[in-house]
Amino acid sequence: MSNMSITRREFLRKLALGVGATAVVPLLQACATPATPTTAPVVATAVPTVPAVVSPTVLKPSASFKLGSILPYTKVYAGLGESITNAMTLYFESVNYTAGGRKIEWVKEDEENDAQISLRKLSKLIDQDKIDMFTGIVSTAVLYAVRDPLNDAKMPTVISNGGGNLLTRKGTKGTAVGRYSPYIFRASFSSYQISSPLGDWVAKNVSKKVAICASNYGFGTESAADFKATFTAAGGTIVGNDILPPLGTTDFAAFLPQIQATNAEAVYSFFSGSDALSYVKQFDQFGLKKTMKIVGAGFMTESDVLPGQGASALDAYTSLHWSTELDNPENKAFMDAYAKKFPGKDVDVFAMQGFDAARVIVEALNKVQGDTSNKDKFLEAIRGVSFNSPRGKFAFDPKTQNVINQIYFRQVKQSGGKYVNAIIGKTDQPILDPENM
Amino acid sequence: MLNLTPDFILIQFFNGLAYSLLLFLLAAGLSIIFGMMDVMNLAHGSFYMLGAYTGYSIARATSSFWLALFIAPLIVGLVGFGIERMLLRPLKGRGHLDQVLLTFGLALVVADFVRAVPGWGGEVHAFPPPIELAGSIPFGSGQYPIYRLFAIGVGLLLAAILGLIISRTQIGAIVRAGVADAEMVGGLGINISLVFSIVFAVGAGLAAFGGVMTAPIVSLVPGMDARTLIAALIVVVVGGLGTLRGAFWGSLLIGEVDTFGRALLPDYALFFIYGIMVGVLLLRPTGLFGRKT
Repeated sequence: MSNMSITRREFLRKLALGVGATAVVPLLQACATPATPTTAPVVATAVPTVPAVVSPTVLKPSASFKLGSILPYTKVYAGLGESITNAMTLYFESVNYTAGGRKIEWVKEDEENDAQISLRKLSKLIDQDKIDMFTGIVSTAVLYAVRDPLNDAKMPTVISNGGGNLLTRKGTKGTAVGRYSPYIFRASFSSYQISSPLGDWVAKNVSKKVAICASNYGFGTESAADFKATFTAAGGTIVGNDILPPLGTTDFAAFLPQIQATNAEAVYSFFSGSDALSYVKQFDQFGLKKTMKIVGAGFMTESDVLPGQGASALDAYTSLHWSTELDNPENKAFMDAYAKKFPGKDVDVFAMQGFDAARVIVEALNKVQGDTSNKDKFLEAIRGVSFNSPRGKFAFDPKTQNVINQIYFRQVKQSGGKYVNAIIGKTDQPILDPENM
Repeated sequence: MLNLTPDFILIQFFNGLAYSLLLFLLAAGLSIIFGMMDVMNLAHGSFYMLGAYTGYSIARATSSFWLALFIAPLIVGLVGFGIERMLLRPLKGRGHLDQVLLTFGLALVVADFVRAVPGWGGEVHAFPPPIELAGSIPFGSGQYPIYRLFAIGVGLLLAAILGLIISRTQIGAIVRAGVADAEMVGGLGINISLVFSIVFAVGAGLAAFGGVMTAPIVSLVPGMDARTLIAALIVVVVGGLGTLRGAFWGSLLIGEVDTFGRALLPDYALFFIYGIMVGVLLLRPTGLFGRKT
């Protein structure tokens, strides 16, 4: 064979491989399937004692109700996505996946902590799966990205986590624009609700000399700002510059000495997930815990990370709209049912939010008796949903469509051989997220 | 800006050292494997992650960190041996693209596998250091965790041992000869394919060892394989392919620059290490210690 024909054959083969390779990567990205949550084999027994909702009789068989969700099953927030999905499954099973006389068909997609990927999956849910309602979203960055497509599609939406302040606010402030949409409801919280009351409380109960260390992304910096506003208004002083480790930092050794150098009495720390686990442990290991207290939003010491943090988290002060130690019948029933169905997985605030989100969907559907053809009526039904939740009374603020949250102040203590977020105080009134920017 | 006190610099230097030695454990395997077998093993981060998770399970089952530290790398090394024999061997001579696709696919499979294993899953897991090493010693105005000093010590020891093996022993000579010209080594009557499998297994074992060592510092997080692999790949590019010395000094450079970068200018930290990589590629494409072929 001549040299020429070998090289041509080689060239064509390599070209084909190259094209194949470049096609594979985006295909792999788009086809990433969500993992099924680690559930025990489903035996239709474990049922929480929620007030039985009787589905009214319907005159004709109706099409199933398609619910689409985007929640993270991979990357840093995978645990949160799993919690929320588990609890939603728990609630839907208790009503046999039926509401308003219609069968709930649930299509799940993986958020992957990526706005671009989530946008693509949202298009697929809306255009291909033709969902009737949307729920989910853990990351605030993804939340802001999907807000417009959801609003444009007039898709009734119940957000089960993403707490970015802008989502339910109206108007503008500087360059920030309120993203309120009449179709979007939030059943979880806003960062303002969690961090704003904490500032005032810390100034009065912990220390007036605080340093700030927050994860450098929207949720972190927003929460730090809300904390600072009420903290300084109550007479507190912020010492040093804000220390902002990038999201996903596993080794805080670069930042902890800086915090120490501020000589503050307490450190407002905003971290969640794996960042929180590493931060709290290393805060102790590098000796800062000896001279400084940790205060922060409750996510820092939630059940997904508290067992791993162990003694390093002791005495940390946090604020949140729930705690495992909350003593009401709904919370006990919820926690028992969750533990029974998902042994080995600690219940956390994210699960609680998922549980409530599922209930909102079911109760709204029941209210309109499954007839979602009149969108305004359906939205009104969602807006009017109110029930006793594990967190206390659940109701939306009709002006913002953000849930009204009683905020609890907690401290990490040891109880019965485990570390728990003991409730040591609460806000006088439930907190509403402000309507305007 | 911040106080560049001697304390601060010393702490960051030690942090960087710990990170560098972890990178070395991965880069050493990557570099030698590529130098000898011409395989760019994108599944190396997976060995690191598997080591961490396997060590975690062993530590939980036996309540012994030390058992985990020694057994997990053995298990992962065996897995690596099997992968080399069954998956990489058939692709010999097929060119880099095929191997990259294979190892990349392997990395994806392992990541999914880790997620599916009950007890591992998609959550974050803490891996406590052994009680003996869990304390901190006074250091300047604060303290420094003993465990990190331990990790640095072990890393340096391993680097020294590997260096001695490579330069002073017969097996080391075989490896160096294999990097220079594998076919020739085979022609000398040495079972080169067995050497390949062993080198691959040792590389995997080293990565796994690194995984168990650093797990108490960084915890087990989904996605830990990709993050560390990228840094190790940069080290291999900077240090040079097929050279242990390159892997060592490359990791020291990248590890320290990254640590100081993140401490001083966190938003630009990545820029520094990628900048170094680009600089090396432009000025000395075979790496700082790589041989000009």
